[in-house]
Amino acid sequence: MIETNQLFRFTTAGSVDDGKSTLIGRLLYDSKSIFEDQLQAIEKTSSNKGFNGIDLALFTDGLKDEREQGITIDVAYRYFTTPKRKFIIADTPGHIQYTRNMVTGASTANAALILVDARHGVVEQTKRHSFIASLLNIPHIIVCINKMDLVDFDEKIYDELCNQFKEFSSKLLVQDIRFIPISALLGDNVVNRSEKMNWYQGAPLLHTLETMYIGSDTNRVDARFPVQNVLRPQRGEFMEYRGYTGKIESGVFRKGDEILVMPSGLTSKIKSIDMFEEALDIAIAPMSVALTLEDDIDVGRGDMIVRSNNKPEAVKEIVVMLCWLGNTPLNLKTRFNLQHTSNKQLAVIKEIIYKIDINTLERVEGDQELKMNDIAKVKISVARPIMVDTYRKNRNTGSIILVDTNSNETVAAGMIT
Amino acid sequence: MGKYYLNYLDELEAESIYILREVWAQFKNPVILFSGGKDSIVVTRLAQKAFYPLKVPFPLMHVDTGHNFPETIAFRDKLVKKLNTQLIVASVQESINQGRVLEEKGKNATRNSLQITTLLDVLEEKRIDCAIGGGRRDEEKSRAKERIFSHRDIFGQWDPKNQRPELWHLYNGAYQEGEHFRSFPISNWTELDIWNYIKREKIEIPSLYYAHKREVLWRNNSWIPFSKFLKIDNGEKVVSKKVRFRTLGDITITGGIESECDDINKIIQEVAAMRNTERGNRSDDKRSETAMEDRKKQGYF
Repeated sequence: MIETNQLFRFTTAGSVDDGKSTLIGRLLYDSKSIFEDQLQAIEKTSSNKGFNGIDLALFTDGLKDEREQGITIDVAYRYFTTPKRKFIIADTPGHIQYTRNMVTGASTANAALILVDARHGVVEQTKRHSFIASLLNIPHIIVCINKMDLVDFDEKIYDELCNQFKEFSSKLLVQDIRFIPISALLGDNVVNRSEKMNWYQGAPLLHTLETMYIGSDTNRVDARFPVQNVLRPQRGEFMEYRGYTGKIESGVFRKGDEILVMPSGLTSKIKSIDMFEEALDIAIAPMSVALTLEDDIDVGRGDMIVRSNNKPEAVKEIVVMLCWLGNTPLNLKTRFNLQHTSNKQLAVIKEIIYKIDINTLERVEGDQELKMNDIAKVKISVARPIMVDTYRKNRNTGSIILVDTNSNETVAAGMIT
Repeated sequence: MGKYYLNYLDELEAESIYILREVWAQFKNPVILFSGGKDSIVVTRLAQKAFYPLKVPFPLMHVDTGHNFPETIAFRDKLVKKLNTQLIVASVQESINQGRVLEEKGKNATRNSLQITTLLDVLEEKRIDCAIGGGRRDEEKSRAKERIFSHRDIFGQWDPKNQRPELWHLYNGAYQEGEHFRSFPISNWTELDIWNYIKREKIEIPSLYYAHKREVLWRNNSWIPFSKFLKIDNGEKVVSKKVRFRTLGDITITGGIESECDDINKIIQEVAAMRNTERGNRSDDKRSETAMEDRKKQGYF
């Protein structure tokens, strides 16, 4: 079943030259999401640059330096809507030094678009991007074999590249990989079906994005409610009101459910699920609600409300796949504030178990240095227990960031294993 | 309940409410930057929903250039009264009187960029550590790169090339004394989302958004409202037109469009069919290709 009006987030990865910006420009342009004043500005810049026609890539330029240098520096968010879905694109730069941006863009995505230049095939960068997509557990990957116009729309070349990619990706954990032959420059198979590639039986890219089933992207099983704030109005009819605010990270809560507060272990029942002036019987992820409980027990920010028969683990030591994002390399003596759901605790990195060579995907043992864009499996000690699931099972309760307590910078992102 | 997914408006709303609750938890003294425009009205509505039955726990802060639409001020005062919350007015006129800023000269003079100093002065004076804004990423190209929790240094500056990475929905609001944050709970909304939400929630908005008769003159490709602040050139003619405004800013720089849309459904239809961006009628953004980025780096909202 196709559900209309859903929100769909995807990320795009590719290098300067494989046509990522052109593809996004094409998607926006052909889906009529570009306004006339933007178009005029871009026509003007295109002709200033001596470009024949409009340079679609200019739609995604943002900051002054990016326009001057012709590169993308930072994640940029783009929006477009079709009658079926509202789309949020996290457009991330493809350079080697910007891996951290791709991790950022990938963290919330339902799907990743990976671009492969039909003339060059699967290159190191393709592998890096695919690895990050699988590491961040993006549910769907769409491999766009681009620039088909430059290889005469040749089916054989397309098949070969698909096989090349499949062979390499068999080492990765990805649930759903699809392939589409496109020409972003000419628009073939982006919004409109290509007339030059009749041998391709699948749907064009936009149609794929509009109809892809994402109902199972969210964990519907494990009820998890990290508490953000406590609401105590202490006035009038709400004199006794005590509401716990939060976003349901996964699963379902119903009025009357037996619940457990972690880490205290106190139990109670859900008295009401409040959403502004409305009281709900049921609430699902990712709704933001306020819960009230039958019993007057101690609950505060950082606690997690779960159903009594399905608990996360409360642990003081976690093993995570860590992506180092900081400008300065890791110093093992640094203390961090670890943020996990609404919980913030002091933490230290105890051990680097191994690093991953992102080009070969092989483990490197014995290397104790972590610098920007490095990925490693590490052991972290936390001052007080945090309530965790594995990232594979639950992206929201399985993810952490590390904030340097001196600089306040977000220096690492981790996926709990 | 038959469906196990949220529609896009519910999901956007849930995300924004989550962000506002994070702001309340992570900062000591946040305010909502309130211009009287539709975006800050929607942010205020979301704050109302986020903390009910508590009243909105943030004061509304209005950076007042003195060049207001009278309708905006009336609307602001009415809303503040209804919410029973505090209003902080940061006055550009006072900054001028104190010699903190110099008024621009000439026909195209505006107080737009003067607001930066006034805003930063009041944030510092009142020790406000987070200013919640109605900025949206679809509005403008430099805003497309803005974080949801966006750090400002002790000079109030934004450093777009050196922003903290923001992953999942884990927001890092840590700062040193003297620094502050801007937070943008409706980053992921588009203009059309805002209108659809206003309709769904039956949110009251200033009458200026609906088509009405007004004295205007044609300048920089839009209908600039006549007011006592406007310097009129020879050759410019004040006429009466039926117009409405897509965004609300200073009365001196906010251009209207000719429109017959006098109710929300007609506005939504018009916005959906619109072929120009909403800020196309704002002369503050037209000064150069990077006008917004340049102002934002200095501390603009």
